[in-house]
Amino acid sequence: MLMEADGEAKLLAGGQTLLPVMAFRLAAPAILIDLSGVQELKGISIDDTGVRIGAMTTWRDIEDDQRLRTAAPLVSAAIEHIAHYQIRNRGTIGGSLSHADPAAEMPGVVVACDACLEIVGSNGMRSVPANEFFLGPLTTCLSADEVLTAVRFPPWPATRLWAFEEFAQRRGDFAYAGIALFHETGATGLVENAHIGLIGATSVPRRLGVAEAALNGRRLDGETIAAAAQLASSEADAEDDIHASAAYRKALVGTLLERALKAAAERAEAL
Amino acid sequence: MNITLSINGARIEVDVPPRMTLCDALRQKLQLTGTHIGCEHGVCGACTIIVNGRAVRSCLMLAVQASGATITTVEGLAHGDDLSPLQAAFRRHHALQCGFCTPGMLTTLHALLTEEPYASEERIRDVITGNLCRCTGYIPIVEAALDAREAYQRSRESAPL
Ligand SMILES: Cc1cc2nc3c(=O)[nH]c(=O)nc-3n(C[C@H](O)[C@H](O)[C@H](O)COP(=O)(O)OP(=O)(O)OC[C@H]3O[C@@H](n4cnc5c(N)ncnc54)[C@H](O)[C@@H]3O)c2cc1C
Ligand code: FES
Ligand code: FES
Repeated sequence: MLMEADGEAKLLAGGQTLLPVMAFRLAAPAILIDLSGVQELKGISIDDTGVRIGAMTTWRDIEDDQRLRTAAPLVSAAIEHIAHYQIRNRGTIGGSLSHADPAAEMPGVVVACDACLEIVGSNGMRSVPANEFFLGPLTTCLSADEVLTAVRFPPWPATRLWAFEEFAQRRGDFAYAGIALFHETGATGLVENAHIGLIGATSVPRRLGVAEAALNGRRLDGETIAAAAQLASSEADAEDDIHASAAYRKALVGTLLERALKAAAERAEAL
Repeated sequence: MNITLSINGARIEVDVPPRMTLCDALRQKLQLTGTHIGCEHGVCGACTIIVNGRAVRSCLMLAVQASGATITTVEGLAHGDDLSPLQAAFRRHHALQCGFCTPGMLTTLHALLTEEPYASEERIRDVITGNLCRCTGYIPIVEAALDAREAYQRSRESAPL
């Protein structure tokens, strides 16, 4: 149907973004294709190859799945910051990733976690790494005849340290900025494999590579944390908008990274 | 397009334009004007109804998407002339002034307490972040919900899910 419609059709997932956009007359697709009856796109499976979440799985279903708290803890932790109760009952992970709002939580989480996005179109199936999926604000590599079918997360080692921190005006609102991070600690007590995903304060969901490099191979002391926070602030490509200035958002990124690193360290003590 | 759905216990068939939102269909086609429309883009929560047991924004659903669904609106909460325990608690605690947000508050809290009759104050506060009230300051609404919990706990015990 998407092919026949020749770009005139839109997929309707939870409608929690598309219907507001239509209400504002920012979009008026000639054809709407409701995906809610497609059972194959729903559900969460977990095995030793990792976690697979179908595109039409709702926030609510993710929130309720207790297994994800250990199998994909950043996904679980992000949910409570995503929209409100009623919206989580309909909004889907696939809709959020396809919409690619840089202020949304899940795009930043899938990039931080090196997830892969499974896509089906008239040319068959392909799997795209998260960091190649997002091309810009509200822009992805999906072409007009393609459907996102699932997101796949690699296995999560039990000893991995992680944290999710964000700042929003009101719980459930889009964040001014957020950080989703994890790292491991090697036998020598030094940080390894740091992954820092940036939410908001950026034009495209991405990792903070410079700050990550400043953590890897170091002991996680006050000095390292302060240096990484400083680098993260300058690395964030925030812009001024009606909610906050670029300078404020950049400073916030540093503060959130500091908080996140400390929260992750506290998890280490609990292990 | 013709759709059939169950609303507040009654089976209803209705003809709706394909792009009509569910809240417009309830108000204009079915004269169920208890459901209020504030913002029409998902922010205020006034239009909340319960679809297949879950609280949702009726302004962010097309009526045709509700085909076959079981729906409860604010009109379906009371038993005849008797207020439901939650409604009675709202009255006792003065949990409404102008009443604009009230249908959405009641449906949201009814869905929550049906699913989670032991919801904590923090949980209740978190859930109603999705509903704006410009009058009450929220405190009496939270008090009413806390007060009504016992009735939901009792009905859970007599008829477990
Ligand atoms: C008041 C409010 C507050 C919100 N707050 C937040 C928040 O804090 N954080 C947050 O992340 N989100 C927030 N959201 C958005 C919410 O999370 C949405 O659920 C989500 O962004 C879109 O998911 P959906 O399933 O509703 O998608 P839809 O609205 O149905 O679709 C969104 C877009 O993606 C396309 N699409 C959908 N599914 C697919 C697919 N499988 N393949 C290809 N394209 C597809 C659609 O064609 C459309 O263009 C908020 C929404 C509202 C109304
Ligand atoms: S009218 Fe639906 S949320 Fe405001
Ligand atoms: S009572 Fe007036 S908006 Fe809530």
